[in-house]
Amino acid sequence: MRSQWRLAGALVAGALLVTGCGGGGGDQAASDGKVNLTFWDWDPNMDKVVAIWNQAHPDIHVTLSNPAGGDQLVSKMITAHEAGNGPDIAKVEYQSLPALVAKGVVTDITQYTGDAVKDFDDNTLKATKFEGKVYGVPQDVAPLMLFYRTDIFDQYGLKPPTTWDEFAQTAQQLHDKAPSVAMTNFDAADPGWFTGLMQQGGADWWSASGTTWKVAINSAASKKVADYWQGLVTAGTVAKNPSFSPQWNKQMNEGQIATWISGAWAPAQLGGIAPNTKGKWAVAPLPAWTAGDKTTGIWGGSATTVTADSKHAAQAAQFASWLNTDDKAVTAQIQNINVYPAATSGRSLPILSSPPAFFPNQANYYDLVKQVAPSSHSFSMWGPNVTVTFSGYTDKFGAALQNNTSFAAALDDIQNATVADMKKLGFTVS
Amino acid sequence: MAARNRAKLPYLLVAPAVALLTLFVVAPGVYALVLSFQARKVVGGLLGGGSRLVFVGFDNYGTALADPELWSSIVRMLLVALLFIPATVGFALLFALLLDVPRVRLARSTRLAIFLPYAVPGVIASLMWGFMYLPATSPIGGDHIDFFGSVTVFFSVANVAVWGSVGFNMIVIFTALRALPSELYEAARIDGCSELRMALRIKVPLVLPAIAMCTLFTALASLQLFNEPNTLRPLSNAVSSTWVPLMKIYQDAFVDSDVNKAAATSVLFVIAALAVSFVASRTVSRVNR
Repeated sequence: MRSQWRLAGALVAGALLVTGCGGGGGDQAASDGKVNLTFWDWDPNMDKVVAIWNQAHPDIHVTLSNPAGGDQLVSKMITAHEAGNGPDIAKVEYQSLPALVAKGVVTDITQYTGDAVKDFDDNTLKATKFEGKVYGVPQDVAPLMLFYRTDIFDQYGLKPPTTWDEFAQTAQQLHDKAPSVAMTNFDAADPGWFTGLMQQGGADWWSASGTTWKVAINSAASKKVADYWQGLVTAGTVAKNPSFSPQWNKQMNEGQIATWISGAWAPAQLGGIAPNTKGKWAVAPLPAWTAGDKTTGIWGGSATTVTADSKHAAQAAQFASWLNTDDKAVTAQIQNINVYPAATSGRSLPILSSPPAFFPNQANYYDLVKQVAPSSHSFSMWGPNVTVTFSGYTDKFGAALQNNTSFAAALDDIQNATVADMKKLGFTVS
Repeated sequence: MAARNRAKLPYLLVAPAVALLTLFVVAPGVYALVLSFQARKVVGGLLGGGSRLVFVGFDNYGTALADPELWSSIVRMLLVALLFIPATVGFALLFALLLDVPRVRLARSTRLAIFLPYAVPGVIASLMWGFMYLPATSPIGGDHIDFFGSVTVFFSVANVAVWGSVGFNMIVIFTALRALPSELYEAARIDGCSELRMALRIKVPLVLPAIAMCTLFTALASLQLFNEPNTLRPLSNAVSSTWVPLMKIYQDAFVDSDVNKAAATSVLFVIAALAVSFVASRTVSRVNR
């Protein structure tokens, strides 16, 4: 906080000077015909995978940078696009792709990916192909699963719950035996896990017929899921801190949280979040709403996209295809980033028979992922303004946790904000 | 000849300042004004098929003013200001008076210690305090006190801001104190005046202009509240992404990617800030008389 007489100027400049983010594109092909590409990606250890490409392709050099992760990278991409200095290639989560297509930030790569797309089943490709055009090469699928601390469960004589009713009971038992240990954490900071729970519960937040959108964020199915979690929060059996915050990291690391509902990519992240817990985790299918139902949702999962600013779309698309369909590249990703590959050929690679480094005790890790992957449901579509919906979730659910107010009312607010923004932009909403 | 050169000299001297002001304040300001009268509309198809800018007159201003979230953010800003302004000016005055007492020990190092937080960038200060507030990492009893409660969060944010700005304001008031003629004190001492009464009856009235200026600076600083809450936001549910007006503008521009609404809000905000500055500086000049 610095006072200045130039307040007015500082305000306008601060709010509106679109600052360039480092690592932008705008490369010129060097005189020897060498192409330089920039790649934005937040995966831990992605540099090892990019190194393989650079060794094999001396004339197409890819420079990796990690400006931000997830939703923040989407904001950075939009800003960089406005300034005309975006990267050539970027990792984009499936939920953000339609919004980036709507804004013209990512480009249509149908003509360059004819061979690559044959390696994906229709269900996977649905996430990156809109109105017949391919806007990204799928990288991974991330079915939502239940990661639990085997040592804590053994210590208190608990079994991994298979239904949500059991989950609530187990949470209560754990709370009675160890009040300082929470069953899990209800996170208002990252909407991705919550939309995954919504998908499992049968909600379909966005769907489209022709060019008309239908938005159903506050449907009965959504409220069923929201009310269930509200019950757990009210009972005090789950923690309610923002995930990936210092507070949550420390609780995870010190065994004050017994489970994490997360995507199949969790083992790679856990190494950074809770380094002391190596070998203490196991994975189980997500608890079901009705016993025996295998349906699960999805948290994240990404595609590799080529931006509209890239001057070398063909080479960029070539890299995106290689990254996600070449056996060597996919193997390196499974090994270093613990992705569960989106490509059909990638799902039968030998590397999948060994567990992630952080889960040395669970040899069948990828078998379990493989079992649940086919029954993971997404929404019919992701909306064209997901950023508004997601920032609405963060604020409204954050406030509901803070003030102990209704989750269902928060869903109503998010629905209204999303629809209002779509109408303002000129989309047709039924 | 020489006379004409002398006439040019003032222009030459202010040229760099004018150039910088034009480049970084006036030009972006004009651009913001232009943006605030436009809106982005999609062209067609399910995903919009790209978008174009259209002129919409005062629509953005209407939307901005009708947004209840903007008004809540203004209320929250005022609540923080209510804590921040008196605490900053009060502590700055108190420390300046204490340092001005004759025969005070370690005056130099104390003055430096109080001033030092001002040199710490706001983001770093907020992060540091954030860790001190969080129960898991708090060395100051965060596991017993909820620093991110619905009420306490205002004190927590204001505290970071106060910690960072007391030092600067203290130096301003202290300098004003030093400039007072020492005959005054001698006369007062001969009349048997205690140090405390001297501070209250002589020093404070005489440095009133400096106090008024500090109050004005601090009031303007609270309008610019952004770093502290924005840095604390990921740590707790208590701070929303639109907690204060500047965060709201930032959120509109870079998260919801509605630059035009953000521009309109910025323009309104600048008008409000200029009004505050105008009224405040009038008050200050009256005090100075």
